[in-house]
Amino acid sequence: MTELHSQTLTELAIGLESGDFTSVELTQALLDRVAEHNDKLNAFVTITADEALATAARADAARETGSGGVLNGLPIIHKDIFCTRGIRTTCGSKMLENFVSPYDATVVEKLSAAGAVVLGKSNMDEFAMGSSTETSYFGPVRNPWNLDCTPGGSSGGSSAAVAARIAPAATGTDTGGSIRQPASLTGTVGIKPTYGRVSRYGMIAFASSLDQAGVITRSAEDAARLLGVMAGFDARDSTSIDQPVPDYTLSIGDSIKGLRVGIVREHFDAGLDQQTGARVREAIAVLESLGATTVEVSLPNLDLSVPTYYVVAPAECSSNLSRFDGVRFGHRAEDPEDLLDLYCRSRGEGFGDEVKRRIMTGTYVLSAGYYDAYYLKAQQVRRLIADDFKKAFANVDVIAGPTTPSPAFKLGDKVDDPITMYLNDIYTIGANLAGLPAMSVPCGLVDDLPVGLHLVGAHFTEEILLRFAHQYQQQTDFHTACPEAFK
Amino acid sequence: MMGISSFSGWEVVIGLEVHAQLATKAKIFSGASTAYGAEPNTQACLVDLGYPGVLPVLNEEVVRMATLFGLAVNATVARRSVFARKNYFYPDLPKGYQISQYELPIVEHGELFITDGDGNERRIGITRAHLEEDAGKSIHEGLGASSGIDLNRAGTPLLEIVSEPDLRSAKEAVAYLRKIHTIVRYLGISDGNMQEGSFRCDANVSVRRLGQKVLGTRAELKNLNSFRFIEKAINFEIERQIELIKDGGEVVQETRLYDSDKDETRSMRSKEEANDYRYFPDPDLLPVEISEEYIEAIRVTLPELPDAKQQRFVNDYDLKSDAAAILTTSRALADYFEAVVGATDARAQVAANWVLGELSGALNRENKGIGDSRIAATDLAGLVNRIHDHTISGKIAKQVFEAMWEGEGTADEVIEAKGLEQITDSSAIETIVDRVIAANPGPVEEYKAGKDKLMGFFVGQVMKETQGQANPEQVNQILKAKLND
Repeated sequence: MTELHSQTLTELAIGLESGDFTSVELTQALLDRVAEHNDKLNAFVTITADEALATAARADAARETGSGGVLNGLPIIHKDIFCTRGIRTTCGSKMLENFVSPYDATVVEKLSAAGAVVLGKSNMDEFAMGSSTETSYFGPVRNPWNLDCTPGGSSGGSSAAVAARIAPAATGTDTGGSIRQPASLTGTVGIKPTYGRVSRYGMIAFASSLDQAGVITRSAEDAARLLGVMAGFDARDSTSIDQPVPDYTLSIGDSIKGLRVGIVREHFDAGLDQQTGARVREAIAVLESLGATTVEVSLPNLDLSVPTYYVVAPAECSSNLSRFDGVRFGHRAEDPEDLLDLYCRSRGEGFGDEVKRRIMTGTYVLSAGYYDAYYLKAQQVRRLIADDFKKAFANVDVIAGPTTPSPAFKLGDKVDDPITMYLNDIYTIGANLAGLPAMSVPCGLVDDLPVGLHLVGAHFTEEILLRFAHQYQQQTDFHTACPEAFK
Repeated sequence: MMGISSFSGWEVVIGLEVHAQLATKAKIFSGASTAYGAEPNTQACLVDLGYPGVLPVLNEEVVRMATLFGLAVNATVARRSVFARKNYFYPDLPKGYQISQYELPIVEHGELFITDGDGNERRIGITRAHLEEDAGKSIHEGLGASSGIDLNRAGTPLLEIVSEPDLRSAKEAVAYLRKIHTIVRYLGISDGNMQEGSFRCDANVSVRRLGQKVLGTRAELKNLNSFRFIEKAINFEIERQIELIKDGGEVVQETRLYDSDKDETRSMRSKEEANDYRYFPDPDLLPVEISEEYIEAIRVTLPELPDAKQQRFVNDYDLKSDAAAILTTSRALADYFEAVVGATDARAQVAANWVLGELSGALNRENKGIGDSRIAATDLAGLVNRIHDHTISGKIAKQVFEAMWEGEGTADEVIEAKGLEQITDSSAIETIVDRVIAANPGPVEEYKAGKDKLMGFFVGQVMKETQGQANPEQVNQILKAKLND
């Protein structure tokens, strides 16, 4: 038998079902992996060993009586942005270092109800603001492929843990690429569904109109399995959409023959690392070999997506983070002199530099006299970008390209240069601005570091994305590659 | 207080912002209860507390209520309105922003009519009415050096109703406010309780010399929590501004707080200190989109409104306009009156006199509303009927009313128990009249000599003998017949 930690979620589900091992055995094996490897990676903020083993025992008992859910006994990790009742939720910030949520996020609730076992909470950029996990108050996460490199961000703890075979799957959130970029940089699969597909209730808000929960897994099949559980309407989130959730695992086996793949010329210009571009072209050739046709499409306003994003997201975050004022929860300054001092010092001490930078940017763009020039203009451009995608999807089923301009960069390389850091999301941000589903699929190595193929679909076409990814993975083994030190 | 005439040569310009708490069971964006007076922080759920990760969900009842109000004031009800965030920091504002409607309110371009000082009808424009959530309360008393926060009120739904600057005196402002107050209570969308803060008002006041085109700089008056204080505060402020300008000073744009103990307004914060609220559409909430059918379905549920009811009372019941106005100040009072009218054969005016006279007096004495009346409408009708059929006189009826108020039974029971039935037996009255004539030879002589006024004296004597129970008309007739013999 393949070692438990090497198996995908789907393989583990079969193993549990056939009684090859119990959930307690599996959970213990993975907790041993956590103990062995986390010091190197710093992928976890909180490890919930006792709770995990207790849940696993309950899952095993449920299996005896045949009452387990579809994920019964399968271990996962939650990004530390999802509120978990009784277990601290830090959002990677000193502000919430000791915050224990009194309730579960809808995503957490749904996965738990399906029987998932939570190994812990994964490290992340502070309040999901970052592309390298270097803004985390709990220190940066390291890439299992090269410990000097970033695993991406903001869901870098999730991507590193899945890539290092510590957990078969992890939740993530994606506001501008925070699932797909880390997936790309760690050789894992990451999917951000359509805005409104998964409830945002209990997910600590960064930029409400862009935030969407998703998963990081080893295979498209695993992603399909988890997404089916997480997705669906939630009355507690007014922006969630009441549309039936298909069984994503049913259609992934269907052929992609005759489906049309859009290629955006601008995606392959000077900003893209040549070798990364070569891997992506090879991946597209595989799709063609499976019977898909390629069509050139144009997204003329795509170059405006990064500046647009860096107006809209900070604006929303400046307001969303106002609730962290030291009054009801979170970090509170000692012995405040007065109310203003309480606010200034609680927030000054509780937030890191990147969060402060974005709050200040956001406050500025919403200020009287600047609103029209920045926020309003950005919303107009956002509509243009969404319209570009809409036009493109009239002729194609997916748009394929690189997830990131290059493979993982060295920790420390971009931390003092926010603009270069922001440009790492250049290919991913468009999908958030337009609310479209998108995913990253491993498509090879560049200098021993993984890179990803980016697939974007029209609204609510997660099925098509997953089918493309799964069919691609039937022909390739990039997703099964494991970093040497974590085999 | 300075009289209105002292303002001659000046024009006063007033606009009002009314915050009416909507009478929903649950809060505007959460399921927590809105009931007043609970222990601090017992009616604030995670959404009201602004916990990380929670999201607002609109209570659709507030849309119905705002729509109803819009239709009642002949306004445009927006097919699409948008909630925005008003960002500022304050401890009683848990999220650091208030969810309110800004650029696209649900109600715009309304109007209502008031009667001005000269008895003329005046149209007052309603700029807009928008939905928003209330903040909590800071508590500074009884906690030593600390301050407390009670978030029970946080998230309570408010309808903010903004008037055009069409009001020209404190009296008009009060008349407008009373009209709004009456309308929201008629619609059943707010209890209008000013003591509990469910009906609050801010006033924007400015003055300018007559003929001056440009508006004067305005001051915003806050903390006006009774109709009386509103009138006093505005008049104080008008006088202050006029004196200031006369002395060569300038009015500055600022917020002023009314102190009812000292009867004065004083500066709270100036425009320079004003917040930049950085409004933007709330991405957690979808735009409120309503259909024409929805609006029409709500229009059907509009009750008869005060102006229409007042007019109907004048037409159908032959009431004077001011009596009709008072009877229609609340739906409950109007309904009570109509219930009395429906159960009596007497004229509606008689019923109106009883409702506005004895009944209102008794209610006021005990500081009660019509809903707390100790006499049911049908029972008051029973009393009016006994006057109508001459069982008792109007004077005795007041005595019966007091007994009924004290819970001694219906009119008939009281009349029976106390033997108050009118003496209508002519022979019995004649006997008494004879006795009175015999006992007063002097006045009889004077009367016969032409002093007609003495008739009242004789009636009084007869009524005294009968303890007021003789039918006054009969007494008059018999007395006249006998004295003129």
